[in-house]
Amino acid sequence: MTVALDMDVPADVTRTRRSTTERRMMWRAFLFVAPACLLLAAIYIIPILVLAVFSVTDYQLGALSTRFIGFDNFTHAFSDAVFLRSLKNTVIYAVIVIPLGVFLALGVALLVYNRKRSRAFWEAAYFLPVTATLVAMATVWQFLLHPSIGPVNAAIKWFGFEPVSFLSNPVLLIPTMAMIGVWQVLGFNMVLFLAGLTAIPKDLYEAARLDGAKSPIDRFLTVTWPMLGPTTLFVVVTTSISAFKVFETVAVLTKGRFGSETLLFDLYLEGFEYSNTGYAAALTLIFLVIILILSIGQTVHLDRKVHY
Amino acid sequence: MTPQSLDLTGIGKGFGADDVLKTIDLSVRPGEFLSLVGMSGCGKSTLLRIIAGLERPDRGQVSIGGTDVTETDPSDRNLAMVFQSYALYPHMSVRQNIATPLRMRRLSLGARMPLIGRMMSSANALQEIEASVMQAAETLQIAHLLDRKPAQLSGGQRQRVALARALVRSPAAFLMDEPLSNLDAKLRAHMRDELAALHRRLGATFIYVTHDQVEAMTMSDRIALMSEGRIEQLGTPDELYGQPATLTVARFIGTPSINLLPVEIGAEGVVRLFGQDLPIAAPVRHAGPATLGLRAEDLTITSEGLPLRVFRTEMHGADRFVHGHLLADETQHLTLRLSAGEQLAADADGIIHISFAAGRAHLFGADEARIATSLTERAAA
Amino acid sequence: MARLRALLPNIILASGAFVVLLPFYWMFLTSIRSPAEIFDVSLWPIPKVFDAGENYARAANQVPMARFMLNGVIVCLGILIVQVLTAVPAAYALAKLKFPGRKLLLTLVIAALCVPIQALALPLFVGLAKLELLNSYFAMMAPFFLSVFAIFLFHQSFRSYPDEIIEAARMDGFSEMEICWGLVLRGSLPSLAAFSVFSVVAHWNDLYWPMIVVTDINLAPPPLGMLFFSDVESGANYGALMAGAAIITAPMLVCFLLARRHFIAGITMTGVK
Repeated sequence: MTVALDMDVPADVTRTRRSTTERRMMWRAFLFVAPACLLLAAIYIIPILVLAVFSVTDYQLGALSTRFIGFDNFTHAFSDAVFLRSLKNTVIYAVIVIPLGVFLALGVALLVYNRKRSRAFWEAAYFLPVTATLVAMATVWQFLLHPSIGPVNAAIKWFGFEPVSFLSNPVLLIPTMAMIGVWQVLGFNMVLFLAGLTAIPKDLYEAARLDGAKSPIDRFLTVTWPMLGPTTLFVVVTTSISAFKVFETVAVLTKGRFGSETLLFDLYLEGFEYSNTGYAAALTLIFLVIILILSIGQTVHLDRKVHY
Repeated sequence: MTPQSLDLTGIGKGFGADDVLKTIDLSVRPGEFLSLVGMSGCGKSTLLRIIAGLERPDRGQVSIGGTDVTETDPSDRNLAMVFQSYALYPHMSVRQNIATPLRMRRLSLGARMPLIGRMMSSANALQEIEASVMQAAETLQIAHLLDRKPAQLSGGQRQRVALARALVRSPAAFLMDEPLSNLDAKLRAHMRDELAALHRRLGATFIYVTHDQVEAMTMSDRIALMSEGRIEQLGTPDELYGQPATLTVARFIGTPSINLLPVEIGAEGVVRLFGQDLPIAAPVRHAGPATLGLRAEDLTITSEGLPLRVFRTEMHGADRFVHGHLLADETQHLTLRLSAGEQLAADADGIIHISFAAGRAHLFGADEARIATSLTERAAA
Repeated sequence: MARLRALLPNIILASGAFVVLLPFYWMFLTSIRSPAEIFDVSLWPIPKVFDAGENYARAANQVPMARFMLNGVIVCLGILIVQVLTAVPAAYALAKLKFPGRKLLLTLVIAALCVPIQALALPLFVGLAKLELLNSYFAMMAPFFLSVFAIFLFHQSFRSYPDEIIEAARMDGFSEMEICWGLVLRGSLPSLAAFSVFSVVAHWNDLYWPMIVVTDINLAPPPLGMLFFSDVESGANYGALMAGAAIITAPMLVCFLLARRHFIAGITMTGVK
């Protein structure tokens, strides 16, 4: 007991002594994070709370009175033909963009990775659409795909087929926009795959060759594909998130005509064109839940880097 | 498969001044443990990779068991390699890692595909593979680790998995690229014994690359000591230690390093150290400056002889290293080895006198090549 | 045969690149062609009548193109400066200082990484409308003043800065601000460069938020300006439309081609590392 007591005393002394400098450091740290914390509250935390409140009211911007209506907005959403159509359109868009955007990018990355001198050139060529302003490029696509004066249809006609009205045939609208989406995301995903490929140790390929993996298919299946697993997962997650956020192409190409609304475009119309704030808040929460589910993979990936 | 011989003829890599390898000729006998040893950058790893087929030689020919394989794909050379990093597939269990070389060789491409593979492979082939994996794992005492992933293993265990993956099939030869360099000193000594035992048991051809002369000396049947893209000397460990062909070999082999002293070969062939005639004679065509090499254990303390000022002694258990400067030339540092019981009878100034048996001295000419010597009558007397 | 096999990857890559680059080529080509050649679908690079001057002048006069560009520069720079000013000290405190609530703040930052701006747009819009701040540069920039991504990125990068140097600097009498901006940030300049590229490209190209808060054409950043312009032209004059698109995409494309490595690192930073 006495021994324990003896040891307690100096420990206590150091604790109080340290705490003055520690407290000074602490206040300094608070000062450093204060602007970020205030902004975090103003931009993220309060708006999300407000959003949740809006979603259970019939609030309309500028309206005189507002009522609490419970979950009516949510039940209404799932019987709202426009919302359901926008949800369906977005899912179709994602189902086209995700596999094509991921696997074409993987293929391009594999080809580019093995070019020695021309690698930088191909990398730049495929990456160009990522930097380009999508609104402007969507306008260019509109012209390229024009049924009478666009070169794409000119080529189709030259091959002897009927011209395709990519941007006025309702059935083709979403797939056409999805192709533009693939065009934009390809270079981004390619660079992610290239980084993943660079991280694979060379001697694994050498070991595989000595182990008898003679054909490139065998080496791909034994080394490349499994080693790219985490990269692929990440690419799929980021591609699906960006697919669910498709907005610019709709805003430029169709403005939601012919039933081509996407989730975000419908949200935009309800919230900012029609000022149905309460209803739009409910739709936003649904959108947010979808994005958060998709983000879980991404967060796990980022989180791992925090802890290791 | 019976152990195979391996022949390299006129292997060269690179052109002009920065040749990585300059015309290498080397024959490895079936069942031999041959080490390629040298400083980093001497070309030993490149040579091993050329044998494996991972790099192409610019000149020359590689043959295994008498068959030219210079243009053969690594997967068709039937060689097994243990990499410095072990190169285990991180996503596979130990069992799958060891099975990979067999799956690649015994199963069809369809049977190796994910998902559909199971349906397309015969149960018989899979059972055979499983049995071979078990046997290899037992040989290396890792049967209890078969279901783990490489990340869950210690360095020594990974090393064993890499070895098991190499010996699960019977390759024409085993290639090892500094396999022990990532292990701690104690484990390295232990694995050295195990590797030597494994070689004896398998009777297979081993080609072992290392920069550690102790590894090469303790395990090898023969050593090829490489320097600047050439083989300096090829011989048994005894030959390399006892009859170093060049100054480079003499410097590289042996702990502590060999003592080197500048000497002069007179016109009459007598070797002179600090102006004193030594009882050693060299062919007169070598007249001029030369270097005398003396192993630490060949130096003895005598009542007279070269005076040496001792500045440090190192205890190594069974023996003791004594370091000193020659009084005749303070820039010359000499090390001698005493057995632990031997007295170091230094005088008040820390000076001892040393001499050596002339027959044990090595002489190297200005071109760094070994010079054959004879003893003069004075020594005989 | 062997030669063909060696060429095959290049052929595949070239045909892919043709599709990928076609819009850029077509945009440029049309922007220098005369309206009479619009129906000419040939890819021949030299127009019969060189009408670049006409087209670009029309794009610049029909709408205040220069104003759009200036707006883009003001908004991007404003956002970037405030983002760096708020994120760097916060990241430094999170990485190198001890304070209660550090874990909570870090968790909030990572959680906020998952929330896209589109989900916050509605309440932020209502707030700005109540404050009568719509149609201002401030409204366009405000939601982006805090970049949780910047905090996260700088936190990762600052953590690897040696503690010994910070302690030595404290003993030498440096203030914490000087240590943060002068020492630690200087050790993370590549991250700063990459983040700057990331931020500028993202906000130069953003349409959603400006479309919500700006109705005054004189405040429109380039993408919104492009939308106005294509509504004005409504498909009548493709030469001028493509000239406008070229003007708006050019700054990012030129910067990309000049600093390719930095651009790729910056834009894909969300993915790698």
